[in-house]
Amino acid sequence: MGKKILLEHIDVPGINTLEVYRQKGGYESVRKALKEMTPDAIVEEVKKSGLRGRGGAGFPTGMKWSFLDKKSDKPRYLVCNADESEPGTFKDRYLMQHIPHSLIEGMITSSYALGAKTSYIYVRGEMMEVIRILEKAISEAYSAGFLGKNILGSEYSLDLYVHPGGGAYICGEETALLESLEGERGNPRNKPPFPAVWGLYGCPTVVNNVETIANIPWIVNHGGEAYAAIGIGKSTGTKLISACGNINKPGVYELELGVPVEEFIYSDQYCGGIANGKKLKAVVAGGSSVPILPAALILKTALGEPRLMTYESLSEGGFITGTMLGSGGFIVYDEDQCIVRNTWNFSRFYHHESCGQCSPCREGTGWLEKVLHKVEYGHGKLTDMDLLVDIAGKIEGKTICPLGEAAAWPVASAIRHFRAEFEEHVKHPESCCKMHLHYEMIGNH
Amino acid sequence: MSEEFEFSIKAKSNIAEIIKRYPEGRQKSALLPLLHLAQEENGGWLSVSAMDKVAAELEILPIEVYEVASFYSMYHLKKMGKYVLEVCRTGPCCNVGAEELIHYMEEKLGVACGETTADGLFTIKPVECLAACGSGPVLQIGPDYHYREHLTKEKIDLMIAELKAKG
Repeated sequence: MGKKILLEHIDVPGINTLEVYRQKGGYESVRKALKEMTPDAIVEEVKKSGLRGRGGAGFPTGMKWSFLDKKSDKPRYLVCNADESEPGTFKDRYLMQHIPHSLIEGMITSSYALGAKTSYIYVRGEMMEVIRILEKAISEAYSAGFLGKNILGSEYSLDLYVHPGGGAYICGEETALLESLEGERGNPRNKPPFPAVWGLYGCPTVVNNVETIANIPWIVNHGGEAYAAIGIGKSTGTKLISACGNINKPGVYELELGVPVEEFIYSDQYCGGIANGKKLKAVVAGGSSVPILPAALILKTALGEPRLMTYESLSEGGFITGTMLGSGGFIVYDEDQCIVRNTWNFSRFYHHESCGQCSPCREGTGWLEKVLHKVEYGHGKLTDMDLLVDIAGKIEGKTICPLGEAAAWPVASAIRHFRAEFEEHVKHPESCCKMHLHYEMIGNH
Repeated sequence: MSEEFEFSIKAKSNIAEIIKRYPEGRQKSALLPLLHLAQEENGGWLSVSAMDKVAAELEILPIEVYEVASFYSMYHLKKMGKYVLEVCRTGPCCNVGAEELIHYMEEKLGVACGETTADGLFTIKPVECLAACGSGPVLQIGPDYHYREHLTKEKIDLMIAELKAKG
């Protein structure tokens, strides 16, 4: 259970440079792809690998690639989604900061497989440091002949650019990202048409997450079957999990999919247990949008099976007793954390980040925030919990993009699993959550 | 009324290089990068004049620039302090004490979130998740946006003293 694909060389001094990265076998996939493989053969290997999108949705990457409109005579684009903004998620930033060439190499090999001649990495504007690191790495790759005209003497040419965002969570949604890359407000587009047919500048486009693309070199080098042999069932390969909250060892861990959740939280190899000797109260396992689970249900499914870090096991029980692997943003709450305050905090986030295009989300996220604020600050009513569930239900599934679901799920799940705590806030506002007595709302807009 | 904005000569050559990253006729794609550049050269905020110059560089209408600049949270449409303390206020940072630290910063600087100190040096700007949840509480300061991680009251004292000394 210790296979490393992405972070194997994380501790090697100088691994951020092209020279050291190459000494560790870096850029081999570019040579192999260009000299020994056709683009279609690479797509086949990616399909066989079972690799699923690592940004959160978990859609099979090979299938996404095969949807690309090959009949179109327009240019094709590969766009990397490096707009990492899902609360609790910091794996892409970590990877780009420390091993930038793993993303550059993946972009080159993937662009070749997809027939893209120009590719972009859309990086969150706030990550200016990462942007500088990537630009330096790209210039090294140009100098070494891995980018530009006739790469390694082949017929294939590729230009790769970094594009900074302007600060907007919504641009992590792929069609909003494309709008933003075209110099527009980040308003998501209706689908269909999907980007594979009508993407950047109306051309066939694939948008993939950083971690997804960084896995491609290994798949090209070792084959899709070898990748599929790692992990369990349909959860193949490894996954970067960014762990944070009240644990002894917050950080980014690469795990072979299938590690038991209990081991992940308590083993010294990973999170190292709950900080300050406290008890585990709850976990948000895959970034702030996924349903929160109380300790008992994150460690074991409702059927009593040990929960594993896989797409399937985390979603066992559906949204009644399960959650999602999502982006791998693993937020741990100790016994002192207030679920009401946390839910209000997340609701404020989604309200702030709603693009305002769809009424249910624009209005609904604001209502959720206001009602939750009222409950947190001791002015709630016992009927507010049903009201919140009702509002959440009226956002979910009624918006152009999944931000609606992302805003609804944390609220619905918090009330499902922690209703008593919400009611306690209404009945005894002075005795439950102390936080609001000390701190008024921060920077409300 | 704000002063007339002009891009520096260095920025102009940078702009030409940025526009070339996108296909011909798609120069509007350069809008976000150019807004970052204009903000940096205009002392940390975007005046109408600065946005108009961006529109001229890209041969688009000023309104196309305003509607985009007002959508994204990194662009400041009013004058800010020299150092904008962009401090994370989202869940995971709050789990590890961000709220207490934000209030400490407010008390120490004598201004509320969103306000600028009288000497024009500091603005406290709470922001959403900065993708550094493992090392929270966290803040960053433009235009370099270096992260300051694992914040404590002592670290904030040091940081503010250091920035004040720099002036």
